[in-house]
This record gives sequence, structure tokens and C-alpha cells, in this order.
Amino acid sequence: MPANRFNGFTDYGIGVGLRVPHYEHIFAERPVVDWFEIISENYMVDGGRPLKILDQILEQYRVVQHGVSMYFGSAQPANYEHLRRLKELVKRTKTPWLSDHLCWGSVDGRYTHDLLPLPYTFEAIRTTARRIREVQDFLEIPISVENVSSYVEFQESQMTEWEFLNEVVHEADCGILLDVNNIYVSSQNHGFDPFEYVNSVAADRVAQIHIAGHSKFEKYTLDTHDHPVLDPVWRMYARAIERVGPTATLLEWDDNIPSFEEVHREALKANQYLAAAASKSLEVLA
Amino acid sequence: MNLVDFQRRMFEDVSRPLTREWKTRIQTDEGESVAAIANSYITPNDRLTSFERLEIYNRQYWFRLIDAVSEDFPALQAVLGARRFDSMILGYLVDTPSTSFSLRDLGASLPKWLERNPHHAGSRLRLALDVVALEWAYVEAFDRAALPPMVESDLHQLNDASTLMLQPHLQLLKLSYPVDELVLAVHRGQGTSDIVSNAVVDRKRKVQPRLPKMQRSNVYLAVHRYDNSVYYRRLEPEAYELLSGLQKGRSLGAAIAEAFSTSGDSAEEQAAKIQQCFAHAAELGWFCRPGVAD
Ligand SMILES: [Fe+2]
Repeated sequence: MPANRFNGFTDYGIGVGLRVPHYEHIFAERPVVDWFEIISENYMVDGGRPLKILDQILEQYRVVQHGVSMYFGSAQPANYEHLRRLKELVKRTKTPWLSDHLCWGSVDGRYTHDLLPLPYTFEAIRTTARRIREVQDFLEIPISVENVSSYVEFQESQMTEWEFLNEVVHEADCGILLDVNNIYVSSQNHGFDPFEYVNSVAADRVAQIHIAGHSKFEKYTLDTHDHPVLDPVWRMYARAIERVGPTATLLEWDDNIPSFEEVHREALKANQYLAAAASKSLEVLA
Repeated sequence: MNLVDFQRRMFEDVSRPLTREWKTRIQTDEGESVAAIANSYITPNDRLTSFERLEIYNRQYWFRLIDAVSEDFPALQAVLGARRFDSMILGYLVDTPSTSFSLRDLGASLPKWLERNPHHAGSRLRLALDVVALEWAYVEAFDRAALPPMVESDLHQLNDASTLMLQPHLQLLKLSYPVDELVLAVHRGQGTSDIVSNAVVDRKRKVQPRLPKMQRSNVYLAVHRYDNSVYYRRLEPEAYELLSGLQKGRSLGAAIAEAFSTSGDSAEEQAAKIQQCFAHAAELGWFCRPGVAD
């Protein structure tokens, strides 16, 4: 049973990000994996090997698309060439939902290729929610927005990040991809309680969860995705699952990528929390 | 400040070139204090000033973009050396900010830009221009479309006035050095990398391979994709001219006439060369079926 109306995909279980260094292993060993998350932009090309590989993956696995360049929070009109290409890919993968970040990254036709945080203002809520609706209407699939990690806060902000997130998804009527590692990273950088964030987020809209590793530096914490998930992030994950119920979960590992088996093993650690949540929801039903 | 103005403000600050030590500049070109600008919209915390918080994004912007372009031009880096290459890429990115949602397109204008900014290549300009053209051709050949190729019956319909569309993945190059050997040597020593995370902490450096010696000689090259792999195929000069003419939209008759305009070959020799060129091109599927582009 779906945990909420944005999460019809509870049975997706635990996915792994599809990464180039793992192609060989995946095709040779055909490991059992619940689903793969792909970075949409890597496959928004006209032809060649990326699409061939994707088609081979699609023959055997379920694929969910995750984007890095939609920039829902960029204030100027959407780039329809981008959306058209994305829709082509959506048709190819038949992704049941699509996620991208609650951030901005382009202005006046120039792209930073970064996930830049927004000022938490009412104008930003309106602008971002409008864009999410527009994209959702065009692509004709459910959209979930992901909270980003950040290293700055803005004078103009009028609310907390979680209040901002809740307002945006409410106004856009979309789902949330809750990245608990990003929450942790931001909490370290901005000095808030990460559990207050997890406890406040609109649980009935969480469609997917990201877990990942991060790195602590002397004066700040960076979202590096280059090693295993750290304990505080697992604790936040456990709390999120407790609130949301069993939810499609994905481990992000993008740098210093170890063997596929190691990444998968790390991801599957999430199972213990998912199992606990599942038995709890059964108890409630009984 | 409304949201667009806020984003223009931050874009300018995030994309401002770094100092030689890869740090955020203290002053703008107009002499304004960057710390004062940062203070005007970024809040400090107990560990970092507004300026230092901005610097995280300013450095990330440059490291990510420089790494993305560098990844597509490893042989150019090997030819120019790391220092010259870095300063060239920086100059390029300052002049040519990204205008695409995809990092794939970031290096698209580098070949033309380097031609217009020859001082960045130092004494090896001709070689560098060949290498940069070939490395960009590789990117194009790798993932440009492959349309349905012509079949035998289409070939029989052709006459002097026909125009032919070549495969979008096919790139034709006229080079002054046999840089295909050099580029292959460098690419063989390279691993592939995928998307990076949100964070870029520092510049990455790859080990430089030993480069083969280059002697000037004209090389005509087709860079194309076959069975999802990219190949470099050397062409006869006339075949290169003929295919280039077709690629520019000339009719078959005009492209042939142009290709052989300075040739001393007899009519039979010319006919044999044309036939051979067509046989190879058709075999590799370089001609698209008529009408597929519409
Ligand atoms: Fe994430």
C-alpha cells in the first residue's frame, strides 16, 4: 500500500544510482537491484552509446529519472528545448515519477551548473511553485522536488528552509524527494536541528528519499557523495521512515566510486529501517 | 530586490573569475569591495563571513566548469601543458559562459575561440588547433544522431542535381598534423568519469602521457560512429573535398567538380576514386535516407 498519495511506489524499495564505472559489472553479473536512478542529463543526447546502454538497462531494470538542471527556482521563463528533450527521455524510460532540485542555477540564459539555494521568500515560493506546475503539466508525470545542501543563507529569507519547502510543494501540489544527507549538511552549516527539519517536513508528500555520504571540513560540511552514509544521517533516515512509512530510497555515490557490490551493500543497509517501518504499518492495520 | 535581480546579483558574484591562487577576488573590476557586496545579501555565521560563504560557490563554479571542459580536451592539455591549458580554459570560460543546460556543450566553441585567441596556444598554435578540432569532433561523433542510412535503391535514384544529407555524427576534418595518433595515445591513457556531486572541493589532475612526435603532413579525417564506437578514418583528399561539399549542401555534380578541380587524374582515375569514396561511405552508412531530416 502506498505510504501517501505522492508515493505510489513504495514497492520500489532500494535503488542505486546508475554510474559509468559500474556498467561492465551490471551487464556481466546482472545483479538483482530494485531500480536504478539515472541522471537525466546524461541521456538527453541524440544517439550513441549512452542511449544504447540505457536501453539495455531498461530491458532488465526499472529506471527512475533524476535531473540536475531544471532549476525550478530560476525566475525567468522555462527553456522549452530542454523540456522537449526531457519529455523524449521520459517516454523512453517510462519513469513513474521524476525528480529535480528545489534550487536555481541559471539567469539571462547563462548556466552555473550548480544547485544554488533560493532566498526563502514568498516571491520565491510563488515563482518556484508555478514553474513546477508548468513542468508537471508539460511532462505529464508526477514531480518530486529535492531539498539541496547549502553553504549560504540570505538576508532576505523570511522563513526556515523546511517551511519554504512545505509551502512550495503545497502550492505546486507535488511530491518531495527528501535528501536526509542534504538536511544534515545544511544543519551543520547553518546551525539548526536536523531532526526539527525531518519532523516538520510534509510527510504526506514524501515520494522518495536520498541518502549519501558527506565530508566535514574545518569550517563547513560539504555534500561530497564520496563515501558511506554516516551515522547521524542513518538516524535521520530512520526518523524519516518512521514518519513517512516505507519509501523508495536511493543511495547517491558520485565520487571515488567503489565497486558496484560495495555501493549496493551500503544502500541495502536501509532495509533494516524499511522493514521496521513495514512491520509497524502492518501492526496498525491489524 | 526581486528574484531575478537577486539571481543576477549572485550569478555575477559566483561567476567572477578567481585570483591566481584560486580564491575569490577582493575587488570587482569596477573597484567595488566584494566583501561589501557579499554582506549586502549573504548572512555570516559563527565560522564564516559572508565573503567566505560566497567563496565556496565562487570556487565551485570555476572548478566544475574547468573540470568539465578539461575532461573533453585531455590531448590539448597534454600539448599545451597544464599551466598554459588552465589559463586558456579560464580565458575561454570568461568569454564564453555556459548557455546550455548540459555540460556536454560547454566546449563547443573552443576550437573557434582558440583560433581567435592564438596567443593562448603559444608556439604550437597549428598543432593545438588540430588537436582541439579533433577532440571536439570526438564529442560530436560520440552522441550526435545516427539517422536511417540510404539503401541501395536510394543510391540508384541519384543524379548530378541530387543533394545528399550526411549523418549528423560524421565530422570531417582537414588537419596539418597527424594528430589522430596523438589524440588516440592520450585517450587510451584516460579513464571515463560520470556526473559529479554537488560539491567540487579541489582541482583534479591527471597523469600526463608521453606524446608521439608530430611532423607536419596534411591529413584528411572522418570522425564517425559505427556500432556505438567512435572511429577516426583517414580519407583521400578528393574524398574529403567531395564529402565536405555534400555536407555543405552542394549538389552531387557540383561537389564532384569541386573535389577534382585541381586534380591531374584521368577521367577513369577520377571515376574510380568517386566510386571508391561512395562505396566506403555507403558501407559505413554515412548517407542518410532522403527525407529523414524533415
Ligand atoms: Fe540528493
